[in-house]
Amino acid sequence: MAGLNWTSLLSVIAGIALAPLLPGIISRVKARFAGRRGAPVFQLYFDLWKLWRKGAVYSRTTSWLFRAGPVAGLAAAAVALLVLPFGSVPAPLAFAGDLILLAGMLGLMRFMTIVAALDTGSSFEGMGASREAFFSALAEPALLLALGALARVTDAYSLSTMYGALSFGHWWSLGPVLALTAAALVIVLLAENARIPVDDPNTHLELTMIHEVMVLDHGGPDFAAIQYGAALKLWIFSTLLASLLLPVETGMPALDFACTLAGVFGVAALVGIVESVMARLRMVLIPQLLVSASVLAAVALLLTLNPVETKAGRPAFKAAQAGELQRPDSAPAQKADGIDKPTR
Amino acid sequence: MSWIIAALAVWLAGGILSAAMPRGSRGGTTIGALSAVLGAVLGMPPVVLAIAGQAVEVLRWNWPAPYGEFHLELDALSAWFMAPLLVLSALSAIYGHEYLTGGAGGHERKAAGPTWFFYNVLVASMAVVLLARNAVLFLVAWEVMALASFFLVTFEDEQPQVRDAGWVYLVATHLGTAFLLAFFLIAGREAGTLDMTKWTALNQAGGGVCGALFVLAVVGFGTKAGFMPLHVWLPEAHPAAPSHVSALMSGIMIKTGIYGLVRFLSYFENVPAWWGWALIAIGLSSGVLGVLFAQAQHDLKRLLAYHSVENIGIITLGLGLGLVGLNMRQPVLALLGFGGGLLHVVNHALFKGLLFLAAGSVLHGCGTRQIELLGGLVKRMPWTGACFFIGSAAICGLPPLNGFISELMLFAAGFAGITHASATVSLSGVATLGGLALISGLAAACFAKAFGIVFLGEPRDQRAVHAHESGWAMVAPMLVLAVACAGIGLFSPWVLAAMRPVLSQLSQLAPAEVAFQLGGVELMLAGVAFGAGAFLLALVLLNAAFRSKLRRQKTGMTVTWDCGYAQPTARMQYTGSSFAQPLLALFEPLLQTKQHRRPPDGLFPKAANLETETPDLCRSRLFHPVFMELNRLLGRLRWLQQGQVQLYVLYIALTLVALLAWKLGGN
Repeated sequence: MAGLNWTSLLSVIAGIALAPLLPGIISRVKARFAGRRGAPVFQLYFDLWKLWRKGAVYSRTTSWLFRAGPVAGLAAAAVALLVLPFGSVPAPLAFAGDLILLAGMLGLMRFMTIVAALDTGSSFEGMGASREAFFSALAEPALLLALGALARVTDAYSLSTMYGALSFGHWWSLGPVLALTAAALVIVLLAENARIPVDDPNTHLELTMIHEVMVLDHGGPDFAAIQYGAALKLWIFSTLLASLLLPVETGMPALDFACTLAGVFGVAALVGIVESVMARLRMVLIPQLLVSASVLAAVALLLTLNPVETKAGRPAFKAAQAGELQRPDSAPAQKADGIDKPTR
Repeated sequence: MSWIIAALAVWLAGGILSAAMPRGSRGGTTIGALSAVLGAVLGMPPVVLAIAGQAVEVLRWNWPAPYGEFHLELDALSAWFMAPLLVLSALSAIYGHEYLTGGAGGHERKAAGPTWFFYNVLVASMAVVLLARNAVLFLVAWEVMALASFFLVTFEDEQPQVRDAGWVYLVATHLGTAFLLAFFLIAGREAGTLDMTKWTALNQAGGGVCGALFVLAVVGFGTKAGFMPLHVWLPEAHPAAPSHVSALMSGIMIKTGIYGLVRFLSYFENVPAWWGWALIAIGLSSGVLGVLFAQAQHDLKRLLAYHSVENIGIITLGLGLGLVGLNMRQPVLALLGFGGGLLHVVNHALFKGLLFLAAGSVLHGCGTRQIELLGGLVKRMPWTGACFFIGSAAICGLPPLNGFISELMLFAAGFAGITHASATVSLSGVATLGGLALISGLAAACFAKAFGIVFLGEPRDQRAVHAHESGWAMVAPMLVLAVACAGIGLFSPWVLAAMRPVLSQLSQLAPAEVAFQLGGVELMLAGVAFGAGAFLLALVLLNAAFRSKLRRQKTGMTVTWDCGYAQPTARMQYTGSSFAQPLLALFEPLLQTKQHRRPPDGLFPKAANLETETPDLCRSRLFHPVFMELNRLLGRLRWLQQGQVQLYVLYIALTLVALLAWKLGGN
């Protein structure tokens, strides 16, 4: 486990403080595309503050699970943030296998939202819950295979080690692999965060929604928790993608940090562009999109499998890079990666 | 070993006593449940010591059966399977005591004595299966286990579907045993002895023989464990049995198949790579198909039974990864694979036991298992609802519960495989990541349906409206299991430490080497435990903040918002079928769900309905035609059957003479 350091803490604080900016950026970009001025980028902060001060109305059908859902979802997202590296800045909590904890926490958040939706007994929310459960089941393999491709490329399976080892050199030597992985991550990001082309958060028809329809009955502070949790989730996925697309490592933590932050905002802008130029897919086409994300990630992985092994027992591409890929971590950390590696 | 013998004696004596009690008295039930609990308590100390890696305990008695010997041995591997058996059998007995006397589905009319006899015999025979080191003893115990569970499954034999389920189970289990008979004969012949402790001699056998033995073991043990497509008896037998028996059968009995397979694999120093690949393939196909068929079910216990197929698949995937790791000399991969698989054995016993007990509580409180008739039970049965919720989250592999820990180890095995230099090992990792992620995603969808439709929303039927919570004797065992699920999830590093002896036995590494290789895994589990603790802390703090905030603000109660429609009824809710429909439509080619629909007709449609059912494809497409054809062929031999005892005696005599002639002629 990497020790606590100030930059790591700073990245968590940045996530907590800046996550609500991302939906603002997206809607601003969309507004510009539509020729409007758009709402302020800080709109979600205002909304959250307004909701937090409001009361709440509960359906008589609901039980304790309805009230537990938003809170547990927010707690799970916060823990996921703990293992999330920010570019080359390691996460406060880092260990081999932490990416599975990240996936697990996001799964828990989703499960709680679905359960809370079903607790209302409304057919709208049942519809949303059914779709969310279905689509996320198909997105799960894509996420893990994409992370698996990154693990294969960087020879580690701790998020902090993986993203720490990633450099522009990888894009030079393994461009197609990383491009396919990034494409898979983009699709997963759009699907998991209820964005076009999978889901349209701004439609006025509940029948066609997925995430928004699940939270129809939440109000007041509960709804604030859900909105904020969704923003955190978007932040997490954007960071995973931005750190892959911009693996900067200048040696100056502050500069790295700023670059990654710019990358995260860039990903949000990218989502805004996608939303502006595309329509939502028909519901029956979404499974195909999600399966294609898994296929992209699997192809990326297969591209890294080199049956021709060099003398040292390592695939040719890895041996070729061994020189430029001096990983900073020490021997015990390699042990923590859980593989006994042949000596170089 | 004296403790184990005492436990066996208590089970048998208690079983016989309870059967001997007069019909109508409650003594039989009390004695039966009490002896099951007492036996489990007696068995616990040596099992705990054996898991900790203390000296192996042995007991050998002469037994007049040919080639037989009453040879029991308690090593770390046996103890690892014994522990969940003891815990779950005791808890199910406490639960069953109230369940059977409480009158779900007219149980009170039945004489309880015999079922407690079979219950105790089932527990004792499973213990002997796990401890036996003589092939004859193993097979005898295996057969007693099959018969005892058959009589428990057919407890409500006045219902035709229960009789049918019992019949399917009886046929399936004996077909499996037939393969095992061949397996033990060949293995005993190759090893030169039926003493299973000396079967490491199988290492000298040829590759072809070992391959044949492996296939026989997979089919024979796999029938009991429920590998696709040998699983057909599970979705019949589990719903038919009383719920505490379903919990025991699904939690423990199907694991004896896994135990047999693991025991067989433990004899080999060098396993061929294809064994590992075969198990990975079996594991993934059982996992994905099991969870898909589960999603299509309308009967709560049938749904759970298909999930047993899924979880057996996950366990088998772990064993396959372990074998690939052994074969490729990758100790970490082997330890993660075996460790994840074996931990999932225990975890599945806990959460599936919990879910079956909770499902039984629903049946007890509402009188139906039909998901579409239930709803809103979390308010009427708060304890059962909370327990089912924890069991659901655990079986979906969600943190911070125990299911997440075993799936975490398997995912980590997948990542360890993926980052390995060799392309073949990496492929096993790719298959694991993709397959296991799909399985856990689908499981989450399925349990969102099972929990959401049954326990949340409004009741869909009068039976659910008048539901009542079960008594403490049924609730307490569920609570214990729920706490155990959370405990393993939160204290996983200690659980891993307890697994070292059994992992050292399976991976054939020295204990010190195992401890060294598991260093990274320990670090991972410590990190996860830290994350789980952080989650609980965040949950408590946030919850306190929100509750205090909401207490100070105005909150109101009203109806669920339905686009301004003020009179929503329970019939307007989403049903389980509609929840599952998109998923089932995508996997239609695999599931072939049948629809019977009567669409609205005319200008003023009066009635319309839609029914869906998903029969087991393996049963209807694979086994049914084969058995029909067999029936036809064997019908030609019907003239042999005259119904005269003298003739049958003649057949026996002729067979004996023929065998004698063959034997003498051979020499």
